[in-house]
Amino acid sequence: MAAGVAAWLPFARAAAIGWMPVANLPMPVAPTEKNKKQDELIVLNVSGRRFQTWKNTLDRYPDTLLGSSEKEFFYNEETKEYFFDRDPDVFRSVLNFYRTGKLHYPRYECILSYDEELAFFGIVPEIIGDCCYEEYKDRKRENAERLMDDQEDNKDSKLPNMTFRETMWRAFENPQTSTMALVFYYVTGFFIAVSVMTNVVETVPCGSVPNQKEVPCGERYTVAFFCMDTACVMIFTVEYLMRLYAAPNRYRFMRSVMSIIDVVAILPYYIGLVMTDNEDVSGAFVTLRVFRVFRIFKFSRHSQGLRILGYTLKSCASELGFLLFSLTMAIIIFATVMFYAEKGSSSSKFTSIPASFWYTIVTMTTLGYGDMVPKTIAGKIFGSICSLSGVLVIALPVPVIVSNFSRIYHQNQRADKRRAQKKARLARIRLTKTESSSAFLHSKRNGLFNESSTKEEQHLGKSSSLLESQHHHLLHCLEKTTVRDLKIVIHVLAIVVQAPSLFFFFAVVVLQINTIRLCSSPFILTRVCNKLSHLDIRMTQG
Amino acid sequence: MGIQDMELLAIGVVVILFMAVLKQFGILEPISSFEDSSDSDLEMSTVRHQPEGLDQLQAQTKFTRKELQSLYRGFKNECPSGLVDEETFKSIYSQFFPQGDASTYAHFLFNAFDLDRNGSIRFEDFVIGLSVLLRGSVTEKLNWAFNLYDINKDGCITKEEMLAIMKSIYDMMGRYTYPCVRDEAPSEHVDKFFQKMDRNRDGVVTIEEFIETCQKDENIMNSMQLFENVI
Repeated sequence: MAAGVAAWLPFARAAAIGWMPVANLPMPVAPTEKNKKQDELIVLNVSGRRFQTWKNTLDRYPDTLLGSSEKEFFYNEETKEYFFDRDPDVFRSVLNFYRTGKLHYPRYECILSYDEELAFFGIVPEIIGDCCYEEYKDRKRENAERLMDDQEDNKDSKLPNMTFRETMWRAFENPQTSTMALVFYYVTGFFIAVSVMTNVVETVPCGSVPNQKEVPCGERYTVAFFCMDTACVMIFTVEYLMRLYAAPNRYRFMRSVMSIIDVVAILPYYIGLVMTDNEDVSGAFVTLRVFRVFRIFKFSRHSQGLRILGYTLKSCASELGFLLFSLTMAIIIFATVMFYAEKGSSSSKFTSIPASFWYTIVTMTTLGYGDMVPKTIAGKIFGSICSLSGVLVIALPVPVIVSNFSRIYHQNQRADKRRAQKKARLARIRLTKTESSSAFLHSKRNGLFNESSTKEEQHLGKSSSLLESQHHHLLHCLEKTTVRDLKIVIHVLAIVVQAPSLFFFFAVVVLQINTIRLCSSPFILTRVCNKLSHLDIRMTQG
Repeated sequence: MGIQDMELLAIGVVVILFMAVLKQFGILEPISSFEDSSDSDLEMSTVRHQPEGLDQLQAQTKFTRKELQSLYRGFKNECPSGLVDEETFKSIYSQFFPQGDASTYAHFLFNAFDLDRNGSIRFEDFVIGLSVLLRGSVTEKLNWAFNLYDINKDGCITKEEMLAIMKSIYDMMGRYTYPCVRDEAPSEHVDKFFQKMDRNRDGVVTIEEFIETCQKDENIMNSMQLFENVI
């Protein structure tokens, strides 16, 4: 039941008098309304902005924070109002929901902050009104995609103890991970290019043997081309087998588009090997060679733009289908008309309707070869209408495909940009974190010198905030409980983050210190701590 | 088709296209003058109504000032224009009875509330009706109920009118009841009603018969008090 309709409930109950005289059975007892007081105004103070509403308005939705007794937790006795330390702008939408029964999503608001506010006030986002629901869902989907992209990047940084098979698969999928993978990537790319070039050059006429016509290069230098082909196919086969071995799910890998392209690229060679001297199937053999051109599609592993294009075409399948359908309809219509228009004229090329198809296609796509032209007036008129409508029919679905491509392309660009920015951002965040964690260690170091003097500790307690001193005290308690020291490990991590090249040196140091710590010799501990902390200071300042 | 016919056909097509282009540029305006009706759909209805002053309503009804204020606030929230038309009324009332079809009964209710029969309920009609139902005497309430049953407002309830009312009440129950609502149930109920109410067996129930019978019936008297404290 909508909220506003609740105000009409008294009316509906009053109108029930109409049933009373015709009722056969006595009526049930009415519910008593205990301590029914007059409607009162409630003041909601959200970060200083005061909102006022009737109590009844809030009571319309008893399963939310404001409608239930949960809001009593926020009641401020002195000012006799409910204080919420939240965003007042989003609260406007929330309160309007109580008033009108419809939840609206303001476009300028960040989707995450809006969701958080809704979650705080106990409102389910599904009740957003139809006017704003589409926008809300779109923004939510974009955000989820962005999160998924970021998560995929995180998955790359896996632990170092992966099996050989897993490393190989990762190397294949992301060439940037190791130098070997990069080398492999470029080598396969090079050989794909070589193979495609060979196929092309094979057919070029290559100088003529004296008393014969020009022969293509392929027939002149058969051995050379055969060796080149063999080499390329070897490389491709090895690559395919290696991928097959490394794939985590072999069945799924074999069904993927890229693997099918790989297979189709190398299969003609092997089939050719098998049936070299059989005359009957040489025709089919020649056809098979056409499939060698599929090797060019292997480039899509190397080129993101090509992948995007393929993905766009796949996602625009319905538009392309519509284009094809409308074109076919138009071709048939115009071919029929042109055939009948040109039927009368002598020596007309429009011998049948299928023959007119060629004319229609050439005219509609504004190619206009001129091998078939209409000669009668009617034919010319209909021919011109045909070419005009051709321009329209083709131009209509193209912008949809273009906008799809543009959207997907920019999405990819943004994903790459985010990845690059993220690395820099995370590095800076880590820097500030280590600086704040080393605050504890700084204070502890100073405390370590004069552990017995409580005056120093009190002084330290005053200089840092209450929160910090309580936090440090907690860490201190943990140290005392476990009879260990937090200090060294954090140091090593901080340095490792900032200077990977020193990692090995400090790994050795850690090993030594661990043994020392177990012997719990404070003197050496102190000395080594000092050395490391000096180094740490130098690193953070440098 | 001979050559001549195709030529004529081609020329015909060209002329049609030419006229279409001219119409597009608005040169053939007089022929296409019936296009204006689409614009009027966009005009919003600007009919509004403001109720009489609070004091007058207080005089006409038995509600206190605060009650009238709270009633008007609820009314205005649902109907910002100040008038309830039959469609809105039906949709509001149907929300209280989601399992059945309350539109017919809502129609009868609408007619009972709409005192000046102009197709819309103003706040005054609404509040006067409520005043009778909640704060009126038993006789006034019975009068109101009689007015509801008497569909054509001719002063007596016939069997057909009662049957229509009964069917609409049973419609509100919906299909899924226990026991199932049979098709003859409304007419049986009407027969029982008429047996009770129609004293002189003349086939109609007049207001005096109605009030007299109701005042003698314990159940009806008790149920009339049921919704006293709704506001």
